[in-house]
Amino acid sequence: MVIFLQNLVNALQWGSFYALIALGYSMVYSILMLFNFAHGDIFMVGSYIGFGVSMGLIALASSGLVAMPNWLILVLTILFSMFLTSFVGMIVERVGYRPLRDAPRASAAITGLMIGIILETGNLALLGARRVSFPSLIETTTYDVSGVFVTNKKIMIVVVSLLLAFALHQFVRRTRWGMAMRAMAFDFAVVPLMGVPVNTMAALTFAIGSALAAAAGILFGVAYPVLDPYMGILFGWKAFVAAILGGRGSVMGATLAGFLLGFTEIFVAMIFPSTLRDLIAYSIILLILTVRPHGFFGEPYSARLRL
Amino acid sequence: MLLSVDNLRVSYEKIKALHGISFRIDEGEIVCIIGANGAGKSTTLRAISRLVPVEAGTNMTFMGRDLLQYPPDKVVSKLGISHVPEGRRLFDNLTVMENLRLATFARRDGKGIANDRDRVFSIFPRLSERQHQKAGTLSGGEQQMLAVGRAFMSGRKIMLLDEPSMGLAPLLMMSVFDSLKEINREGTSILVVEQNARMALQFAGRGYVLENGRVVLEGRSEQLLANPRVKKAYLGG
Repeated sequence: MVIFLQNLVNALQWGSFYALIALGYSMVYSILMLFNFAHGDIFMVGSYIGFGVSMGLIALASSGLVAMPNWLILVLTILFSMFLTSFVGMIVERVGYRPLRDAPRASAAITGLMIGIILETGNLALLGARRVSFPSLIETTTYDVSGVFVTNKKIMIVVVSLLLAFALHQFVRRTRWGMAMRAMAFDFAVVPLMGVPVNTMAALTFAIGSALAAAAGILFGVAYPVLDPYMGILFGWKAFVAAILGGRGSVMGATLAGFLLGFTEIFVAMIFPSTLRDLIAYSIILLILTVRPHGFFGEPYSARLRL
Repeated sequence: MLLSVDNLRVSYEKIKALHGISFRIDEGEIVCIIGANGAGKSTTLRAISRLVPVEAGTNMTFMGRDLLQYPPDKVVSKLGISHVPEGRRLFDNLTVMENLRLATFARRDGKGIANDRDRVFSIFPRLSERQHQKAGTLSGGEQQMLAVGRAFMSGRKIMLLDEPSMGLAPLLMMSVFDSLKEINREGTSILVVEQNARMALQFAGRGYVLENGRVVLEGRSEQLLANPRVKKAYLGG
C-alpha cells in the first residue's frame, strides 16, 4: 500500500507535465485543425526562457537593488516566462501556420516538424551543446506521511498544474473568447460571420497553449533541473498522445489523459524493469485508443470545412 | 444607396463562378437573387461577406465605403452586414443563448445587446423557451429562427440570407418570412438568395435572375413573376 501511494504521488507529478503540454496541443488541434508538432519544443523553449528569467531575477536580487525571497523569484519566473513564451507561440503561428491555413493539412503538419527542428538547433546555435542547470529556487522539504514521502516541490507542481488546467477550463466555458474557441472547434468557417476576428483568436490559442507549455517547462526544471535542447521531443510526442486520447476540444479530457499517461508509465515501471517502461506503457495506451478511438471526452464537431 | 456591387468577379481555382455581376440595394429594401443550383448565388453572398477573394475590377461599396478594405469579421462588426449561411450552420455544441451571445462578440453596447436579445425572443418566443438548450437539439424551424436571430444580433444594417426556405415545411417557411418582414420594417435591409423563386419574389420588392454567373434579368418582383422566361424556368410554367 505504501509503495502504491508513493508511486501515486510520483505519477501525479509526472502526469502534471504531460497534462500541461497536452492542453496546448489539444487547443490548437481542436480549434485550428492543426497538429502543432513544434509544441514539445515550445515546452523546451519555455523551460529555457524560465532559466534565463530566473537567472536574471537572481542576479537582480543578489545585487541588492531589489529584495526578493526565492519563492517570489519562482512565482515571477513562472508568470514572466509564461508571458514571454506566449509570444514565441504567436510568432510560430504567424510565421509558420497562418500562411498555410488553407493549405493541405499535411503541409501544416510538416511545418510543425520544421519549426521544431529550427527551435532545437536554434537553441543549440545560441547556447552551445552544453546542458544548463535550472537554478534551485526552493529548498526541497520532504514530508513523511506514514511512510509515503511527499516533497514540497511535488505538491507545488501538482497544485500549480491543476490550477492552470482549471483556469483554462473556466476560461473556455465562461468567457466570450472561450465561447469563440468552442465555436471554432465546431465549425471554423462560420465564426468570422459572428464578427469574431479569427486571426486574433488563432494567435490567442497559440499564446495560451505556449504559456501552459512554459509553465510545464519551469515546473519540470524545478523537479529535474537539467535542461537540454532536445528535452521537448519525447515529451511533445507523449503529450500529443494525451491530447488525442483526451478527446477533441476537451480541456478536462486532455488533463485527465495527461495524468493517465503519467500513471501508466510510473506504475508500469513499478512492476517491470524501467527499460521496458515506455514499451509496455504505450502498448497499454494503444489498446485504450483501440477501444475508444475518439478519446475520452470528444466534443462533436461539424464535418463541413468551408462555407 | 446602401450596397452597390459592380462587376463582381470570383473564380474558384480555374473555374469562373461569377463573370462580373452588378446589382444594388437601397436602404430598407428587400431584394432577392434567384437562380438555379450552381448559378453563383451563394458565391455572391460569400463575396460580400469577404469570405472568398474577388478578382481585379470588382467594386463593392457599402454606405459609400469600400467593402474590399474590410476583413470578414469587420464586415459584420463595423459595417453591420450579417450573413445567414446556407444550411444555417449553427454551433450545435453551444446553447441557444451562447449562439446569440457569440454573435455579439465585437459589440460593447451592453444595453443594446440586451434590447436586441429581448427583441429576438419577442419575435421568436420558441427560442426564449429553449435558450439553455444546445442548438443541435432544436428542430429545423427553430434552427432557422436561431440563425436569423443570430444575424439580427451581429449586424443590423443588412441581412444576407442564403436559402432561408431550405428544408422547411411550407407553413414554417411562411412564418420565417413573416418574421423577416417584421425585421425589415424595423430598418434592416435584406438580400435573399433563393432557389424557391416564387417564395422569394413574393417576399422581395425587386429581384435579379442569375444564370451561370451572370445577371440575365432584373426588375420589380411583379414584373419578374409575370416574365415568360422566369415563369418557364423558375416558376414551373
